[in-house]
Amino acid sequence: MSDWLGPAEWQAVALSLRVALVATVLSLPFGVAVAWLLARRKFPGHALLNGLVHLPLILPPVVTGYLLLIAFGPQAALGGWLEAMGLGVAFRWTGAALAAAIMAFPLMVRAIRLSLEAVDPGLEDAAATLGASRWRVFWTITVPLMAPGILTGAILAFAKAMGEFGATITFVSNIPGETRTVPSAIYAFLQVPGGEASAWRLVIVSVVIAMGALLASELLARRVMQRIGGRDA
Amino acid sequence: MLEVAVRHSLGGFTLDAAFQAPGGVTCLFGRSGAGKTSIVRAVAGLLKAESARVTVDGKRLDTLPIHRRRIGYVFQEPRLFPHLDVAANLHYARSGMDAQPVIEMLGIGHLLERRPAALSGGEAQRVAIGRALLSNPRLLLLDEPLAALDEARKAEILPYLERVRDAAEVPILYVSHSVPEVARLATTLVALENGRVVRVGAAAALLSDPDVAPVIGIREAGAILEARVVRHHEDGLTELSGVGGALWLPRVAAVEGASVRVRIEAQDVMLSTHRPEGISALNVLPVEVSAIRDGQGPGVMVQLNAGGARLLARVTNRSAKAMGLADGWQGYAVVKTVSIASGNVGG
Repeated sequence: MSDWLGPAEWQAVALSLRVALVATVLSLPFGVAVAWLLARRKFPGHALLNGLVHLPLILPPVVTGYLLLIAFGPQAALGGWLEAMGLGVAFRWTGAALAAAIMAFPLMVRAIRLSLEAVDPGLEDAAATLGASRWRVFWTITVPLMAPGILTGAILAFAKAMGEFGATITFVSNIPGETRTVPSAIYAFLQVPGGEASAWRLVIVSVVIAMGALLASELLARRVMQRIGGRDA
Repeated sequence: MLEVAVRHSLGGFTLDAAFQAPGGVTCLFGRSGAGKTSIVRAVAGLLKAESARVTVDGKRLDTLPIHRRRIGYVFQEPRLFPHLDVAANLHYARSGMDAQPVIEMLGIGHLLERRPAALSGGEAQRVAIGRALLSNPRLLLLDEPLAALDEARKAEILPYLERVRDAAEVPILYVSHSVPEVARLATTLVALENGRVVRVGAAAALLSDPDVAPVIGIREAGAILEARVVRHHEDGLTELSGVGGALWLPRVAAVEGASVRVRIEAQDVMLSTHRPEGISALNVLPVEVSAIRDGQGPGVMVQLNAGGARLLARVTNRSAKAMGLADGWQGYAVVKTVSIASGNVGG
């Protein structure tokens, strides 16, 4: 594939995969935690948290990107502190991952929350009466039963992270090799004469990856459902 | 020894119930909405009651978190974990107990590798009972474990519950609104109405108390007789002997020599001043009236002493007057053999 794709294109694909994977894996525990809070707990600020989580879905991506820049830019307090710790994200690929994670977060939380709401709390009660601590109940009952939702949430988030453009380009710009993901690369190729061929190749790669992810999630989800549904495979 | 005191208010409903019971099976009995399930949920810790005090053999449970209380809870629905097979469900509690005796007692050995979705309702509930027993509980809670099953499945599971009762060394708190179930299983009866305990006592005494009959429901009221199986006869009848005299029942599913409980519904008992002759009913017991309670309707509930055993009879007001029924009245109680359904006979 590296023969068919030019080095600049290949670089964009590899970077996008890395950004999307890191964004998905690192945000997953937070996604599960927030989904659990929203589905199972009542607390002051519940509506506020719900609104904050969903905000990136409704705001123009440029606005989200700009807000990130204000918070994490080198001049900002938080950004400057991270920079000093060697963990700066502005104009780096880690910043692209952060932007992608935030943009994908609502989709992830939604899918996980729906599956969590379908888990019968009566089963968790039953497990508790059998001597299981909350922690054990969560890992042996809740998580396995919501696994299809976690899977769907992760794949949706991955797909969204692969395609994120507006917030990314606003927050971390379009630096080849550092923050030029596939969508940014397509955009850049379309700005220069003779770049259509490269842009087309990246379009094909995007479609293949998206279709592959959807198929994989479909297969995995069917497997998990079979396991839970009790039909011996 | 089991001691429970629960107080909780929920909307307009106030639960304020306290009772003590010796070991064995304590049945919480009452209409739906009487607060039975709230009490067991509070005992387990699943309901955070305003105040709840629970002790089992002197050990306080209400101060412990749910998972440290060691309470085996069987719910109305089996609540088996759908992603685990039967064996994994049974071993979920990791008590280290030997599962084999429980598996044999409940007849679930052939189900171990199945998933819950592949079980029938009766099988699933037996597995749920086994799972609770294998958690090595201090106290067993059974919250209408038969309510979600049809009559045939109930009849299938009741004998298993009787075995559990006889094998369990722990007290059992059993919620029910089914009189036949209570009559077959209960050692102690706690009658509840609107969140309050109206009567507590030995099941046999309460079930034959005419004052309790309205709580039970006058159509379903009936005393329990303890009797021993003497012989199975070839014509399909079983001869039993109780303190009150011989009893003839349709074939009973117990071996000769076994002792059984027989519930005789008050409305199936007829009274006669003389020993009746030339009638089809096979059971005629000499009795003496020990208590009478007038109801609001056309009937009266009469408690009878049959040689030490108690019976309940429901007759019309008119007959009671005509026959001069009063404390100390002596006569005969007549019970049709076929009126005693097999569901009213338990081991």
